[in-house]
Amino acid sequence: MGLFNKFKDIFKKSNIDDIKVYDQGLSKTRKTFFDRLNVLNSKYKKLTDEYFEELENILIMADIGVNTVMDFMDRLRDRVKKENITDTSMLNEIIIDELFIIYVDEGVISSKLNYNDNGPTVILFVGVNGVGKTTTIAKIAHQMISEGKKVLLIAGDTFRAGAVEQIIEWGNKIGAKVASGKIDADPSSVIYDGLKVALDEEYDCVLIDTAGRLQNKVNLMNELAKINKVIGNIIPDAPHETMLVIDATTGQNGISQAKSFKEATNVTGIVLTKLDGTAKGGIVLGIKEAVNIPVKYIGLGEKVDDLKPFDIEKYIYGLFKEMVE
Amino acid sequence: MFENLGERLQKAVKNIRGYGKITEENISDIMREVRMALLEADVNYQVVKEFTNTVKDKALGEEVQRSLSPSEVFVKILKDELIKLLGEDKIPLKTDGKLNIYMLVGLQGSGKTTTIGKLGNYLRKKYHKKPMFIACDVYRPAAIDQLKQIGKELNIFVYEEGKGNPVEIAKKGVEYAKENNYDLVLIDTAGRLHIDDELMSELSSINESIPLDETILVIDAMMGQDAINVIEGFNDKLKLTGTILTKLDSDTRGGVALSVRHLTNIPIKLIGVSEKLDGIDEFDPKRMVGRILGEGDIMSLIEKAESIIDEEEAKEAAKKLSRGDFNLEDFLGQLKQIKKLGPLENIIKLLPGASKLGLNNINIDPKQLARIEAIILSMTKKERTNPEIIKASRKIRIAKGSGTSVQEVNRLLTQYEQMKKMMKMMKSGNFKLPF
Repeated sequence: MGLFNKFKDIFKKSNIDDIKVYDQGLSKTRKTFFDRLNVLNSKYKKLTDEYFEELENILIMADIGVNTVMDFMDRLRDRVKKENITDTSMLNEIIIDELFIIYVDEGVISSKLNYNDNGPTVILFVGVNGVGKTTTIAKIAHQMISEGKKVLLIAGDTFRAGAVEQIIEWGNKIGAKVASGKIDADPSSVIYDGLKVALDEEYDCVLIDTAGRLQNKVNLMNELAKINKVIGNIIPDAPHETMLVIDATTGQNGISQAKSFKEATNVTGIVLTKLDGTAKGGIVLGIKEAVNIPVKYIGLGEKVDDLKPFDIEKYIYGLFKEMVE
Repeated sequence: MFENLGERLQKAVKNIRGYGKITEENISDIMREVRMALLEADVNYQVVKEFTNTVKDKALGEEVQRSLSPSEVFVKILKDELIKLLGEDKIPLKTDGKLNIYMLVGLQGSGKTTTIGKLGNYLRKKYHKKPMFIACDVYRPAAIDQLKQIGKELNIFVYEEGKGNPVEIAKKGVEYAKENNYDLVLIDTAGRLHIDDELMSELSSINESIPLDETILVIDAMMGQDAINVIEGFNDKLKLTGTILTKLDSDTRGGVALSVRHLTNIPIKLIGVSEKLDGIDEFDPKRMVGRILGEGDIMSLIEKAESIIDEEEAKEAAKKLSRGDFNLEDFLGQLKQIKKLGPLENIIKLLPGASKLGLNNINIDPKQLARIEAIILSMTKKERTNPEIIKASRKIRIAKGSGTSVQEVNRLLTQYEQMKKMMKMMKSGNFKLPF
């Protein structure tokens, strides 16, 4: 339970404004999740089978992977037995503690981006259709520009109707140049041309958009692997980051997405979008456990500044605030 | 789509085969399997609970008929209950009347705009409607461009006023449709969260000021447990008449399909099955359950083939087949027909027993077909009609011309020979199907 106390300390020390952002964005998320835990605690004072069943229900409703939940429940029952816990109120701390352990798993996790010291930093964005890749790119570019960086966007989605127009419109809004080709052009060639521009004109950061693709489409995943290779041929060690964008409403399929995209490219981080709804995005815990990809950013709205670096402590805090205090 | 769920359920059923009868003890193991299969498919937790209880009670209470084995009884119960979950009967879209107006709503990224295109295309083909789109997504950058590009591709008119007031645009669009004799209006709206009061009341205003025949929620089939909050959120404000599930061509287990009807009584009307503008199918609960349980869906396959394959060409090919003078030119024609059917893996999944043969999770690279096509296209007309004349030097030329290898050309020729032999056997009546 030492972790839990450490966890509380972190919040005392950390920037209150930062927590507030998480707090507001996740308030709807937390409400449903937390209300249910509270009801559970008042309903069951003693730890019965029904209590465990309902707890399992709550975690599954948060979309935390089914296997992750089942393992979690086993560990919880073990600890309850070993530590002789009989009261439900004492279990709250253990629940948070165990959730934390699932995500961290003794590793050191940072949401910092890996910047390239000699030349442009290239970030590739991948994901299934409709998760919010283009919007996320605009948000990250906006942050980089406000930090004084020279940012180029590459319109690598040459397939979907209106995709090129969408990123150009965003580029105009945030003041970033967009390198684009014709619709239906080979995305690798558009990206090749864009990266040449980035080198010639000495851009600091290059954010590459790609068409949404379902992870079970072999030809589209091969195309992505090719894009990845082309990028590395022009700028060695690039892409320096590959972001898998995942919609927070995604269920168990998120794990399959993470596995397949990691096979085609070197996914280094996840952007969890649309967390401002009622979905909890719990699948990121399942993904972390199964594929070991950390979340780097979360999306909390449609505006350019509705993007925050992910922080697991604050994320869990956001879900369990009332319980900790 | 549901293959993985089906596989898990079939595994559970297999375990029963060993038992002489279903008892309280042996069924609990099986129900645990069923429960995990459903939860991993994102079926709503509450639905899973009710479903497993019902199936268990029925399985224990069932008087086992002498002619049926316990596993057959269990499969029958599973099948009946799955059909009940999915809503039993197919509920079509409202297409009667002079003018039908539909509005499509949903979260961001669920696929509304693409679905509008597919729906217009589908209803024009099936009911000879004259469709028109209204662009009411004035928020997302380039959303109107996207709809206009789709409209252009399908040759369907898009009414738009740029970034005005969506309620006014919708009203004026409907007036325009009446004046210009359109009889189907599809309104595209911006993606929004069900808890965004401001944007939800905008939809209510459209709903109140226009007589809508259908208010359809577009749902991403990959959604998890939050789906029920979203569906109820939209239904509270708008009284939905149906849903369309998109992205069912992913490897999602599609549990949302099993939850939505049972929990809200809102029928699933159509499903999106590819990114192409003809990638939309009617949703039929009975057939869908057949697919989940690995019984295949021959009806859908036949309908699909009938809607696409050129009847005259097919008759001609059949005639040639029966005469036994089938050549590579005909083969090329058939390849083109097959390509029209859409991704091959979708077709294979409709075949009964596909999952038993391990074909349900097969991934076919469309490039493979393209290579075969390239090889045949690199042959001269004479070579295609008389493949026997293709010897070494011709093979080298064909391989070069098609960017393939001599081995690949050889493989194709061998396959052609085998096909021809099979056809001769069919003709002489000595042919038995391998299954």
